[in-house]
Amino acid sequence: MAKRKGVRKGFIALFFVIVVAFGALIATNVMDNVEDISLGLDLQGGFEVLYEAESLSDGMEINEEVLSDTVASLIARIDVLGVSEPVVSIEGDDRIRVQLPGVEDQNQARELLSTQAQLSIRDVDDELYLDGGDLVEGGARQSFDPNTNQPVVLVQVRDGSLFGEITSEIRQRPIGENLLAIWLDYEEGDTFSEEMMKEDSKIVSAPSVNETIQSSDIMISGSFTVEEAQNLAGILNAGALPVELVELSANSVGASLGERSLELAVNAGFIGIALIFAYMLVYYRFLGAVAIITLSMYIYVVLVVFNWMNAVLTLPGIAALILGVGMAVDANIITFERIKDEVRSGKSTMSAFRAGSRRSLSTILDANITTILAAGVLFYFGTSAVQGFAVMLIVSILTSFLTAVFASRLLLGLWVNSRALNKKPRLFGVKEREINEL
Amino acid sequence: MNFDFETSRIDFVKHRKKFFIFSGSFLLIGIILLATLGLNLGIDFRAGTTIDVLAEDNISAAEINSQFEEIGYTPDEITIVGDASDTGRVQFIGDLNQQQTLEIQNYFEELYGSTPNVSTVTPIVGEELARNAIISVLIAAVGIIIYVTIRFEFLYALAAVAALAHDALFILIFFSMTQLEVNVPFIAAVLTIVGYSINDTIVTFDRIRENLALEKKVSKFKDLADVVNKSLIQTLARSINTVLTVVFAAAALVVFGGEGLRVFSIALVVGLLAGTYSSLFIASQLWLEMKNRQVKKREQKKLEEQEQPSEA
Repeated sequence: MAKRKGVRKGFIALFFVIVVAFGALIATNVMDNVEDISLGLDLQGGFEVLYEAESLSDGMEINEEVLSDTVASLIARIDVLGVSEPVVSIEGDDRIRVQLPGVEDQNQARELLSTQAQLSIRDVDDELYLDGGDLVEGGARQSFDPNTNQPVVLVQVRDGSLFGEITSEIRQRPIGENLLAIWLDYEEGDTFSEEMMKEDSKIVSAPSVNETIQSSDIMISGSFTVEEAQNLAGILNAGALPVELVELSANSVGASLGERSLELAVNAGFIGIALIFAYMLVYYRFLGAVAIITLSMYIYVVLVVFNWMNAVLTLPGIAALILGVGMAVDANIITFERIKDEVRSGKSTMSAFRAGSRRSLSTILDANITTILAAGVLFYFGTSAVQGFAVMLIVSILTSFLTAVFASRLLLGLWVNSRALNKKPRLFGVKEREINEL
Repeated sequence: MNFDFETSRIDFVKHRKKFFIFSGSFLLIGIILLATLGLNLGIDFRAGTTIDVLAEDNISAAEINSQFEEIGYTPDEITIVGDASDTGRVQFIGDLNQQQTLEIQNYFEELYGSTPNVSTVTPIVGEELARNAIISVLIAAVGIIIYVTIRFEFLYALAAVAALAHDALFILIFFSMTQLEVNVPFIAAVLTIVGYSINDTIVTFDRIRENLALEKKVSKFKDLADVVNKSLIQTLARSINTVLTVVFAAAALVVFGGEGLRVFSIALVVGLLAGTYSSLFIASQLWLEMKNRQVKKREQKKLEEQEQPSEA
């Protein structure tokens, strides 16, 4: 038996320096990170639509270019809505998925997204006088009717005299026919008389023209609210969609799991983690204390990385996080059990630690690589939610591996090398009588 | 007295047939159940109707529910939306007919003075997610088989994937039996269990491989059985402690996590328990049966070769 040497206090001091430094880092900055993580649709409520893009005219091909143009103009429109973390993604050959977290007025959002925004001005016989090509790009704005103070939308015509010609022609018609029909998304076959009867008409407004208007500003005065007028101006400025979007499905995603439920979930998470900590401490004693420190590191690092990746935390993300906690705990347990085995077989603390760490590493590696492999496949072949899960899972596994293997080893190694743990198997949860004499 | 192979009386291998029969019949009954009773698919996977009820003031889900019950309807899900929490989004699984929608619209128009919006939802999002998840898991299984075959041996891979399929099916069957609602979070839970199951199985296989390498000669069933028993007992403390700690987290979600996470966390707990059960009683035992057959064949081949040596 080796003689017991003095305790090297330097290692222990270093241990506490690391722990205190990390503790201070976590304490000062974890809440900032938590608050910065954006929540997915399923955690804060919101709404998701899946569109199929259909060509506007025959012979037009729906290809990647058209789809990305569509996505670009959808994003411009979503800016009008002021959604903070929209996700617009192309799926398959002709589908576009739009996720709008936190959006409450779904009908408004739906209308805003799928409106073609092809503005046209026609007479009562549906004769085309003016279309989007005649308008100044980005020239639409919300304003107020100087006479009635009603919210209106102003659009600018490229050629001011053109509007004068149109109005001078229409004003000569008899009353009831001297109307300027302003259409949004006129389609072949639509007629003025039918559309005016509809409640949700495509004719935004149909003012009667009594005089020639020589102006490049056209005032569209529907019975708008300020917000509606702003939205319409926003859509017109964002430009027309190059395709027609047909709604395949529109789901209000899990708004049932609103903020209050999220709070519950977070609290439940704290309780669960506290239970894990307590169990580890009781069962593995000193080793358990090290596990608690490295698990705290894991949780902190995962949150920082999620935040740093600008990841959106969804329910599947939480699932991956839990699995990551499980794997981090598991890596600790595998190592600790190995170390205990070695202590029981009669090895000294130092060689038990070395042998236990070494032999557990390949097990942990195999188990983690297999799971990462599965996650990689899920990412590669999966869509949206499945992909999100896979990314979170990979991050969780890598982080759990770093903290549970390397941080644990480093921290425990400091104590072992300090010789403070020599001949104290109880600290490892091993009883003296379990130890075989070598 | 430690958790030692020689002194421990637990014989995992001896009762393997019982476990096979139990799991086999459970899966068989379960598949019949799945085929007949099916799953209680939530709004995520079924066509349905969404009705937005606009109240005059802020309103609670319970109030809206009682209003619907007044006229004899039971909504499947009610969520409160709108700036002033004045709108209830009520979802019905399955299409309501025109008569029914009209009745509901009229009732609430009289009650709150505004006609509710009615729209039908299509389940495409949920369906595609589920289909995609299934395909991805199948491809992942192939990947796992390849990796484990390279790092271990083909038989380990086969047994690990069988255990994985067992665990995933187990959750589905549990949900078919209890008729708990299946929603999109449920898929996340199943994926999590797939990850856990493979992780758990590989850890025990790793120990079996290690112990097998220590054996000088493996020719009889008993040799293999001893290795499996020894390995399972050596990893038993780890298996139990790991699943216990993870179940703590999942159970805390069931109890304290609120309604929105319930389905998800119940699926997790069930899957975790199934995963540990299959790692202890199914995966290694399956490997043992297959390995035994392989060893027997090899021995026989050797014997034949000895009896009639080849000409070369």
